[in-house]
Amino acid sequence: MRDVAILGIGVTKFGELWDKSLRDLFVEASLAAMDDAKVTKLDMIYAGCMTGGLFNGQEHIGSLMADYLGTGPIPALRVESACASGGSALASAVIAVASGYYDVVLAGGVEKMTDVSGGKATEALGAAADADYELFLGATFPSLYAMMAVAHMHAYGTTRKALTEVSVKNHFHGSKNPKAQYPFEITPEAVLASPMVSEPLHLLDCSPITDGAAAVIVVPLEKVKKDKRAVRITGFGRSTDTIALHQRKDMASIGAVARAAEAAYKMAGKTPKDIHLAEVHDCFTIAEIMSYEALGFCPKGKGGEFVLSGATRLGGRIPVNTSGGLKAKGHPVGATGIAQVCEITSQLRGEAGQRQVKGARTGLTSNMGGSGASAVVHILEVNK
Amino acid sequence: MTTPARYWREKPQRYRLEANKCKKCGKVFFPPRLVCDDCGGRGFTAVRLPEEGTIATWTVVHTGHPAFTDEQPYGLAIVEFKDGARVLMQIADYHGEGLKIGQKVQVKFRKIQAAGESGVLCYGYKAALCSE
Repeated sequence: MRDVAILGIGVTKFGELWDKSLRDLFVEASLAAMDDAKVTKLDMIYAGCMTGGLFNGQEHIGSLMADYLGTGPIPALRVESACASGGSALASAVIAVASGYYDVVLAGGVEKMTDVSGGKATEALGAAADADYELFLGATFPSLYAMMAVAHMHAYGTTRKALTEVSVKNHFHGSKNPKAQYPFEITPEAVLASPMVSEPLHLLDCSPITDGAAAVIVVPLEKVKKDKRAVRITGFGRSTDTIALHQRKDMASIGAVARAAEAAYKMAGKTPKDIHLAEVHDCFTIAEIMSYEALGFCPKGKGGEFVLSGATRLGGRIPVNTSGGLKAKGHPVGATGIAQVCEITSQLRGEAGQRQVKGARTGLTSNMGGSGASAVVHILEVNK
Repeated sequence: MTTPARYWREKPQRYRLEANKCKKCGKVFFPPRLVCDDCGGRGFTAVRLPEEGTIATWTVVHTGHPAFTDEQPYGLAIVEFKDGARVLMQIADYHGEGLKIGQKVQVKFRKIQAAGESGVLCYGYKAALCSE
């Protein structure tokens, strides 16, 4: 197997982008990534997209994007693993290049979510849960994460204050990211005053409905050895779990993320202590707290205290979600896993501007799908 | 989206809590499975879930699925049964009571929703809080 690197990145503005279509978004991010990498030809495209069918009445995403990207009749596949579709597209691209089969592969992700009403969006996203034994009975994604929060608070004494701090911190980071959907700070009072969605989660505990796309160019490391802007992918791991939350042995942890991380750390020869910064899947505030624990950043049950300690803020021991995270940057579900990798790549290149983490040499991304039924972790390092 | 055929197919679980139990290791599955995820066993005996259980975790949904808008806020719980199976269900006749982990519930047969554009009336299980 060959070592692989990311040579180029591209991210669109995230938000309610009425004037941009599903294909426009993907092509815009892809062209930016190709220009950044200075490549004009691709061997293959992996396009992460959760549910173009339910949001846009559009399937067959791979061919659509290859067509509109104008790169000729190259192979192109859509990769779907709910909200982990983007990260899964990248893992597929890494395997394709590492195997020696392809030399220049684009891994992208896209979701165009604002063409449907809020209710339809809730239904579309809900399709990532168990349709027969969760959704049918009235469960929604906020309600599943709310039940995880209740279980976590009961088992470990995690506080409402800790949930609030995740949201406040990520908005603070997002205020420094001009591409974020909500590039402004919020107060703890605003979180508690926002409407209740599913107890104990308020509206400002939840990531928003977002349009956006992101793309990266994956190449063999041997071709970019002298390129300081190339970023190495030294480890990745993937895992799954039961589709329904209620079938999990432990509903106060995300086992798929822990298993994916274990595989990624092993492949990269790293431990959680070696990670300088991370982008984690804060689809709901409790998810970020459980992610700290699953990734080994803090002991199990201590995620709440960890965020309150300031360790994961810019300037802290391990800044998490410097992009603003899903909460402030926005969560176009299929794009999220790739956008996380773009943020870490910018940071490792030293090009993250106001939100730059000084001396960042090793970063991690954690992207998960559903209520934790799939997970993908990547470890990225500067090119020595 | 629930169609009449899909609803018909799921009746044994929705109406009668029909589960199955692995002949090799005894793990109980609801809904029934074809292969045991613990021991790989493929032989099962049919069982019914008990009608009493306890709340393993819960929430109250204020902004929910469009099919349940009229019922908001509604209680939702993951109920654990003595045989180890866990099932997600709504709280029956919920009127804003406080919910607690460990609270006892009794499974009741109730209307769940009028599904899809055809408005098929779907019945199934909900959890009634036991008064103690």
